[in-house]
Amino acid sequence: MTHSRPDPDDLLRRVHDEEARARRGRLKVFLGASPGVGKTFTMLEAARAQRAEGLDVVIGVVETHGRAETTALLEGLETIPKRSVEYRGSRLQEFDIDAAIARHPALLLVDELAHTNVPGSRHAKRWQDVDELLGRGINVYTTLNVQHLESLNDVVAGITGVQVRETIPDVVLERADEVELVDVTADVLQQRLREGKVYVPDAAARAIDRFFRKGNLIALRELALRRTAERVDAQMRGYMAERGIRETWAAAERLLVSIGPTATASRLVRATARMATRLHADWIAVHVETPGSQLGATEREEIVRALELAGQLGGRAVTLSGTSVADEILAYARTHNVNRIVVGKPERPSWRDRLRGSLLDALVRRSGAIEVLAISGEEEGEPARPALPRPAPWSEYAAAAAIALVPTAIGLVIRAAEAELSTIDAAMLYLLGVVVAASRYRQGPAALTSVLSIALFDFCFVPPYYTFSVGDARYGLTFVVMLVVALMMSRLTARIRNQAEASRERERRTATLYAMSRDLSSIRASDQLAAVTLKHLRDSFAGDIVLLLPDPSGRLQPVEPVAYSIDDRERGVAQWAYDQRQIAGHGTSTLPAAVALYVPLAVSDRAVGVIGIRPAERHQLRDPGQRRLLEALAGQAAVAFERLALADRSRRTEVAVEAERLRTTLLSSLSHDLRTPLAAIEGAGTTLLQDGGPTDPGARRELAGTIVQESQRMSRLVANLLDMVRVEAGSLEVQREWQPLSDVAGVALIRTEDQLAGRRVTTDFPVTLPLVPVDEVLLEQVFVNLLENAAKHTPPGTPVDITAEAGNVEVIVTVADRGPGVPAGEEERVFEKFQRVGSTAGTGVGLGLTICRGIVNAHGGRIWVERRPGGGALFRFTIPIIGTPPTVEAEPIEAAELEPTAPWIDQPPSSS
Amino acid sequence: MDRPAPLILLIEDEPQMRRFLRAALGAQEYRLVEATTAREGLAQAASRSPDVVLLDLGLPDRDGLEVARELREWSGVPIIVLSARGQEQDKVAALDLGADDYLTKPFGVDELLARIRVALRHAAQPAGGPPEPWFAAGDLRVDLVRRQVRRGGQEVHLTPTEYKLLTLLIRHAGKVLTHRQLLKEVWGVNYADQSHYVRVYMAQLRQKLEEDPSRPRLLITEPGVGYRLRAE
Repeated sequence: MTHSRPDPDDLLRRVHDEEARARRGRLKVFLGASPGVGKTFTMLEAARAQRAEGLDVVIGVVETHGRAETTALLEGLETIPKRSVEYRGSRLQEFDIDAAIARHPALLLVDELAHTNVPGSRHAKRWQDVDELLGRGINVYTTLNVQHLESLNDVVAGITGVQVRETIPDVVLERADEVELVDVTADVLQQRLREGKVYVPDAAARAIDRFFRKGNLIALRELALRRTAERVDAQMRGYMAERGIRETWAAAERLLVSIGPTATASRLVRATARMATRLHADWIAVHVETPGSQLGATEREEIVRALELAGQLGGRAVTLSGTSVADEILAYARTHNVNRIVVGKPERPSWRDRLRGSLLDALVRRSGAIEVLAISGEEEGEPARPALPRPAPWSEYAAAAAIALVPTAIGLVIRAAEAELSTIDAAMLYLLGVVVAASRYRQGPAALTSVLSIALFDFCFVPPYYTFSVGDARYGLTFVVMLVVALMMSRLTARIRNQAEASRERERRTATLYAMSRDLSSIRASDQLAAVTLKHLRDSFAGDIVLLLPDPSGRLQPVEPVAYSIDDRERGVAQWAYDQRQIAGHGTSTLPAAVALYVPLAVSDRAVGVIGIRPAERHQLRDPGQRRLLEALAGQAAVAFERLALADRSRRTEVAVEAERLRTTLLSSLSHDLRTPLAAIEGAGTTLLQDGGPTDPGARRELAGTIVQESQRMSRLVANLLDMVRVEAGSLEVQREWQPLSDVAGVALIRTEDQLAGRRVTTDFPVTLPLVPVDEVLLEQVFVNLLENAAKHTPPGTPVDITAEAGNVEVIVTVADRGPGVPAGEEERVFEKFQRVGSTAGTGVGLGLTICRGIVNAHGGRIWVERRPGGGALFRFTIPIIGTPPTVEAEPIEAAELEPTAPWIDQPPSSS
Repeated sequence: MDRPAPLILLIEDEPQMRRFLRAALGAQEYRLVEATTAREGLAQAASRSPDVVLLDLGLPDRDGLEVARELREWSGVPIIVLSARGQEQDKVAALDLGADDYLTKPFGVDELLARIRVALRHAAQPAGGPPEPWFAAGDLRVDLVRRQVRRGGQEVHLTPTEYKLLTLLIRHAGKVLTHRQLLKEVWGVNYADQSHYVRVYMAQLRQKLEEDPSRPRLLITEPGVGYRLRAE
């Protein structure tokens, strides 16, 4: 049972694959054994068939090589114009990927998958173009000759003697959704060749005869057929695996290839890729940095190239660091379920390997269940270039030479003082000098010290003095000891120094990462985050650094300050890195013409931004350590940006949930508050209309009264809702006019008379109260709502007091009641929409106070509620006095008698 | 007495409103002419010479304000504007254009009938004729000949401006007067925008004339529009 159950990880991966495939475009490869079999022709025929079925078919690039029957097939098919590229003074035509993406057809034809693009194109290879097109959901038809497959490259070279330079990773063909073999027999092909139907590039003309030999063609055909058969076989197995058919359920293979700084590194990677393809296994290329390894620029380049190659061939590239290569590799292999480790066979075992055991020995000894495969760098590999230590500066040589003089001087002084100085003592003095030199300088200067020491020792202290003759064989041993001591000491010193340097470097990286993560973790705002990210990047990398973040439409915009100018091309590269979530630009194989390297800030399924770095030195960013640090920093920044985005999203979700809750509350309140009066009105109205309804005038009056009362209630509700809409929409226009508060309050008191019936309502506006600049219609509404609120929430008969007092810059108005008061903690909530405090359900939608707040705020004032000493609530609001209140001159009363007649107006005054 | 019942022209596009007004006015023995558009309304006003026009400001074909202006160009017929709350500026504009009064929808039939009565009374007053010699409302008595104001038998002393303001309101008793109209008549055109003058003097008048100045019954504030002296 358990055996046939598919591994959940594997299932998940398959689901992911399927999802990715659903989104990705489909790739169909027309595979041929050699040029001339008719791939392009077949592809065009297939495309025409699709076209006939109404599919949107467009030609991206098709090489007809001037053949009439192929050209005829192009008829009627839309072709994307080629892009003209300037390269080394000549203009070249190249496939225009941007135009293809912009056109976005259902099916695009891209001939010659193995083609190498003109330098300066976005991708180095056409298969990368195709990969991107597929990623953007465009289906692609393409053609391929079997000899261009990376893993068969060497085999084909072996058969035909022609080395094919344009290769594609096997994984591209493996991932193709469909492969159609275009097959003709060797005889037919040779016939075609004779008829001139096969296009042969001029450059390869010499190789033609050799290439198209019948034996070759048969071999190539076999390769193509076998390849197709393997694919069918793989599909079959995939099919069985999907249905949990047990037989084929082998444990997933995972290979690991260890890469060192040798020229065979790339070969090792290729060999592993082939092996992985055959085994249908995952594979990882690992480079281990050790403190002892001092890599020169060329070695570093070699490693970076090998790691990049691994990435291109479908593997994963990883750089580790540790003191022992074997330990790191084994630890990594164990944690990642690797079951085979591939290492290069040491070509010439060094004396050191013999002494301490090579990497291979160490791996084999400690690998346990993991298989270790040692592969030679194939055929006759270039010898591994030894790691050249950096030469010591001249100053060190000078100092080393000086050190040899010191024991000489001391010895001569002692001898001049007529003291006894044995030859042994002199030798010891020189040895001391050698040790000092070796402990401070590198091997070269240390060796110089020892050679000079020996010469001086011989010259000055070995009798006969002041000659170079060596009298005693004993001293020969002294020379050797001195030399060995010097070399060993300096080697040890160098290692210690390197280790210290490496650990300092590691510490610096760790510290950088730690500092950045610490700084990033406390940030809550996006612009701050950008600033901190930039600061840390600038601290760690020499060069100009720019951070680009997407605007709402997904277009990247550089964040100020911009360290170097981001023109359209640079922006395009950054955008590509962002869209594809892949590193691009300077020093990579994608858009290498860019001046800067662009590293996406990638999180699980998307990118949140891009870092652009224009390095100060050309090769700076090719150093794996630097790359790793850069990627780690980018990762940190990405997580921080994502965290902010998620926090923002969750905040927005919260708001949305709250809004939804409000909507629900509103709906239930509204439907209740609108339906109740409607029900009463309809009920009363229909009763009055009924035949045989109440005839008693008293009863009829009462029903009519109900209708009037309920419509007034609804009218108030509708008015409130309309006010609310105006407050919410921010379209509250405040028509400020200077006026006495008493005037405004008076109107409100009259309007709420019915609701406040039976209560003592007092007003106290001091005579000294200034005029206030308010919109009387709106402010009246505030009073009305506060009074209605009091009427609703306080027991009948309790008093309401309205007072006002003047402050320096504002007037404070208080509406005080003797009700239950607002519960502690609810003081803010009562001003929110649709809030009803306490158990006073069924009395309004809870908009009154919200409207009050909206109106008061629109006047520039504040409104709040307090507890009233002795019980009850104090609703208070302020009206700021903006400007100087106008004054109205007082007038003597007696003057009335002075005017004989008042002007009489009969018609209303008309507008002037 | 033997005059025919007053003719009221209703310019209103809402059928429900027309139905309600038809019933309300019919019961009060007014004659009613209905128009549903501005064009039709103006035509009816010219051909039927109504005694009062009830004009809805929200007409389908033209702005009600324009109708008021046009009507006022050739007729002195009292115009009562019907409009919704929140359109205070429209009301003021209509009143300043020569409309006589307004009603805010929704309104009760009592209010409507009171406004119509006031409008009819003012229209019946012969132009330039001698005024009523006295005015009474509640416990307020104003003797316009002797320029004496009494409240509950007690003489009240007013300043000249207060008195001028009061007499202006009395002249238009029951009708709303906009701030602008009051300012122009009492203080002069230069004061037309100084609305606080009216408000301050109105507050002073209330202190002197109202029984409870905090709840004015006589000098009514029409928020955002102006003031009205309650006549009945």
